[in-house]
Amino acid sequence: MSTTRPAGGIRLTPHVFRLTFLPVWHRNFLVWKKLAIPSLLGNLADPMLYMLGLGYGLGRLLPDIGGVPYLNFLAAGTVCYSVMNSATFETLYSAFSRMHVQKTWAAILNTPLGLRDVLLGEWVWAASKSLLSGIAILLVIWGLGLQADFVMSLGLLPVIVLTGLCFAGLGLAINAVSPNYDFFLYYFTLAITPMVLLGGVFYPATELPAWLKAAADWLPLTHAIALARPLVLGQLPQDILWHGMVLLAYGLAGFWAACRLTRRRLLR
Amino acid sequence: MSSALSLKDLRKSYGETEVVAGLNLELAPGTCHGLLGPNGAGKTTTLRLALGLIEADAGSIELLGHRLPHEASQARMRVGVVPQADSLDPDFTVRENLLVFGRYFGLARREIEARLPALLDFAGLAGKADTRIDALSGGMKRRLALARALVNDPDVIFLDEPTTGLDPQARHLIWQGLRRLTAQGKTLLLTTHFMEEAERLCDRISIIDHGRLIAEGAPRELIAAHVEAHVVEIDGEDSENGCEHLAERYCRRCEKIGETLFCYTAEPQALIAALEGMPHLRYLHRPANLEDVFLKLTGRDLRD
Repeated sequence: MSTTRPAGGIRLTPHVFRLTFLPVWHRNFLVWKKLAIPSLLGNLADPMLYMLGLGYGLGRLLPDIGGVPYLNFLAAGTVCYSVMNSATFETLYSAFSRMHVQKTWAAILNTPLGLRDVLLGEWVWAASKSLLSGIAILLVIWGLGLQADFVMSLGLLPVIVLTGLCFAGLGLAINAVSPNYDFFLYYFTLAITPMVLLGGVFYPATELPAWLKAAADWLPLTHAIALARPLVLGQLPQDILWHGMVLLAYGLAGFWAACRLTRRRLLR
Repeated sequence: MSSALSLKDLRKSYGETEVVAGLNLELAPGTCHGLLGPNGAGKTTTLRLALGLIEADAGSIELLGHRLPHEASQARMRVGVVPQADSLDPDFTVRENLLVFGRYFGLARREIEARLPALLDFAGLAGKADTRIDALSGGMKRRLALARALVNDPDVIFLDEPTTGLDPQARHLIWQGLRRLTAQGKTLLLTTHFMEEAERLCDRISIIDHGRLIAEGAPRELIAAHVEAHVVEIDGEDSENGCEHLAERYCRRCEKIGETLFCYTAEPQALIAALEGMPHLRYLHRPANLEDVFLKLTGRDLRD
C-alpha cells in the first residue's frame, strides 16, 4: 500500500487500511527494546513455574490424561495462559501508564494521528508482545520435546496471535473505564482467575459438572485451549472455525468498546 | 492568506454548563495571539476545539484552510502543540523523544535526524541529546516540549501555559524562543496566566470569560481603552480612613483589595503630592498594565 505523506496525503488511503497506527506500535517497540530481556523473563517466569512445577511435581502423582503425561497435557494450557497474561498486563498496566499517567496518548492526539491509530497501535502491539511470550513457551515445549508432532505444533502460532488479539482487545476496553491501577484487580478476580481455573489450563474442561462446563464455554480462554491442546498432542482440533470466531469476536468487541469508551474518556 | 485560525460563533456545552458560548476569534498569520481568561473561562476547551480534538455543538472552525473537525488530521500536519503537561516520554532520551514524535507526522527517520541539530540548538539542549528525560530540569523539559512541537516545522503553534512553574531565568529563555518563532513568520496562539508574559509577547490579545470574548486588541490598546494610564497603590496602617477620601478627591476610580487601595488616574501628580505629606502611608506609582485590565474585566474588581 502506498501512503503519500506530505500535507493532506495522510488520508488518501481508505480509512480501514491506513497504516498510520504503525508509529504508535513502533514507539512501544522502542521502549520495550530497552528492557527486552527482563521483560521477556518476567513474562516467562510465571507460566514456566506453573508448567514445570505442576507438570513435574503434580504430574508424578497423576495418571496420564488421555494417554499423555500431565506435563505434556499442561503445555498447551500454559501457552494460552501465558499469552493471555502478557496481552492483559500490557493493555492494563502499561497502556494505563501511557494513557493516564504519562499522557503519551494525549501527546500523540495532538499530531495528525487519531484515537483509532493510537488504539490500533496499542492493540497490535500488545498482541505482538504476547506473541513473543507464546513463542517463548513454545520454544520450551520444543526443547523438552513435549509436542507429539512438530509440524502440527506450528499451528499454535495462529492460535497465539488470535488469543493475543482477543485478550488485548478486552484489556483495552477495561483500561478505558479504569479510574486507577487498583481497578484492574476486579478484572483479574472476576475474569482472569475464573478463566485460568475453569478454562481447562490445568485439567480437561470436560471434567466439570455440566452447569459449570456451560459457564466455562463462554470464556474465551476455553476456546483458545480447545484449539491449542490438540495441536500440541498432534491432533487436528475440532470446530476450528467456531473457536477461532469466538476468539476473534471477543477481541473485536473489546476493541470496538475500547474505541467508544476511550473516546468518551479523552475526547469530549 | 486569510486567518491561520478562524473560530465563528463557537459553542460547546457540558451538561448544563456552556463552556464556550458563542466565541469568535481570528488569528492573523505571523502574529502571536494571546488567549487570556481566569481558570474555567473556556481556554483549554477552545484550544481542544481549535485542534479538532472535540466537536463543537455549533459554529465553525477553520484551521490553516481546513474545516474542522472533518479535516483535523490534515490541519494538524501543519500545527505544533506545547501542552500544559509536558507529556514527554520518560523512557526515552531527548533525541529519541524528537525522533519518535516526528514519526507521528509520517516523517522519515533521516528527515527528522536532519532537523535534530537545529531543534536541539533552538531549545538550548545541544549537549543533552542523549540525556534521559528524568535528568532534565523543569525548564529544560519545557524547552524540549517546545522543540518537540516544532519537529514537523509547523505554521501554527498552540502553547498552553508554556511557562507555568518555571523560574524567571527559564521563563526568559522560553520568551526568547517564542520571539524567534514569530520573527520566522510562525503564528502563535498562547494561553497564559502571566499578564506580563502576554503583554511582552503578544501582538494581539483576546480576553475571554464564561466562554465569551469580553475584550480584544493589542496590549497597549486594551490598556488605553479600559483603564486609566496611571496606577497608585497605597498601603499603610491608616489606609482604611485617611486615604479613601484622598483617593476620591484625586482620582477617577479606586478599588480596595485587601489592605491595598488601587487608585486609577490619568493625572497622578496631585495625588502623589498629597501622599508625600502623609509619611505613614506607603505608595507605589506605576503605569497601568494588562493585569489591571484583566482584573477589571473579569470581575475581580472589588468596587462596591
